[in-house]
Amino acid sequence: MSGPDGGDETDTARPGPATDDSRAGISATDEELVEGWVSARLREEFPRLRLRYLEVEATEGRTGRSVRRRLRVMSDRFTGGKAVNMRLEPVPSAFRTFYRQVGIDPDQRRPAAEEVAVRRMQEGAYLSRGRVGDALTIAVAETGVPVLAFDAAALTGPLGLRLSRREELLGEEGRSLTGGEIVVADARRAVAVLFVDQSAKTSVGRGTERIALAAVGVEGVPAISIEEALWTAAEALVER
Amino acid sequence: MPEILEHEGHAVADADIGVLGGGATVFGPLLPDVRVDEGAAKRSLHRQIGRLEEELASLFCSTYPRTGFDWVVTSRGGPRLLSVRELERVRDELSDRLQENRRTLGERTYVEEQKRRHIEEMLLDPAAHRWEIVSNQDIGERGCKHWHVRPRWGVLGMLMNWWRVKISSGCPLAGGHGLRP
Repeated sequence: MSGPDGGDETDTARPGPATDDSRAGISATDEELVEGWVSARLREEFPRLRLRYLEVEATEGRTGRSVRRRLRVMSDRFTGGKAVNMRLEPVPSAFRTFYRQVGIDPDQRRPAAEEVAVRRMQEGAYLSRGRVGDALTIAVAETGVPVLAFDAAALTGPLGLRLSRREELLGEEGRSLTGGEIVVADARRAVAVLFVDQSAKTSVGRGTERIALAAVGVEGVPAISIEEALWTAAEALVER
Repeated sequence: MPEILEHEGHAVADADIGVLGGGATVFGPLLPDVRVDEGAAKRSLHRQIGRLEEELASLFCSTYPRTGFDWVVTSRGGPRLLSVRELERVRDELSDRLQENRRTLGERTYVEEQKRRHIEEMLLDPAAHRWEIVSNQDIGERGCKHWHVRPRWGVLGMLMNWWRVKISSGCPLAGGHGLRP
């Protein structure tokens, strides 16, 4: 996808239209996945880095019975052996490699799939964390692809990936960014630092009526896994 | 001036000679104009890091359930784009970690093999290995099982030299959650 800039040092926030996907930048419907933009500098260094997202009509709240049952079944199917061998699986392994390439130690800050697996081992089960938390857990545990959730109403324009600017604030009023960090951004501001944290302003809360689910793909992660992660999360969100 | 340089064996291109405002001629650097393609270097380093990470992950699985290995490779304050030098450091650290852990695993497996042999010797001649004990951890396996050379029938066995290898039945059972309400 086309980036928001010409690859300059500041990696500006202005999102540009997609060049090879006519759907990019168009607001999504429940049945449409949108290809997010990736800035030129990021694309130059990581040609396979991508972000896809979709919007779902859903609210935060108590998890439905069927989703809780699904969590229980998943808990029973998960074993310690799987947790140990997880880093040999293609998708979690691709994220571990990407973490190294962008300066994160995956043994200190675990990739989402490993984090979910460790939590399962420590807690003895996938404990329910509310509708949104559970939907993300199911998606990550089943596909290995991390999924982020945003309050769609708080976002401005299409989502994408870029580098943060100096003294930029996360979500315009959150913590200050050092500059050069890889962030998920909308047309106006950085809404999340990739794989680290996200702005409280755009997080899903009680008033949220529409949720934007975003999944990041890196080299070695098939497009179908990204799509599957998004659809899995979306389905779990609307299940009752 | 170019003629002089040519006499001295230097071939200077016209582009290397500039003219200052006062009409004086100044010479550009004689070094070739080499531009390093950082992109290619970075791509190569990314590939190397990927391969090393895969090998390290594979080694991690091989070492399980053994403990005492150091897997940490210093974080670079990411997520951000790393310079060539930083990527080289990550690669070098990964490589060091891999070598170090492979060596440690090699040493451990050698000791574990010796322990396995020791178990066989204990089983063949318990009296020659009185009170000796080998645990699952000693042979690089998980669980609480252990082989212990003990006398049959306590003190009587000790006096009569009746020794045997007692194999524990494993870990104690979990306590459970109590009675059902």
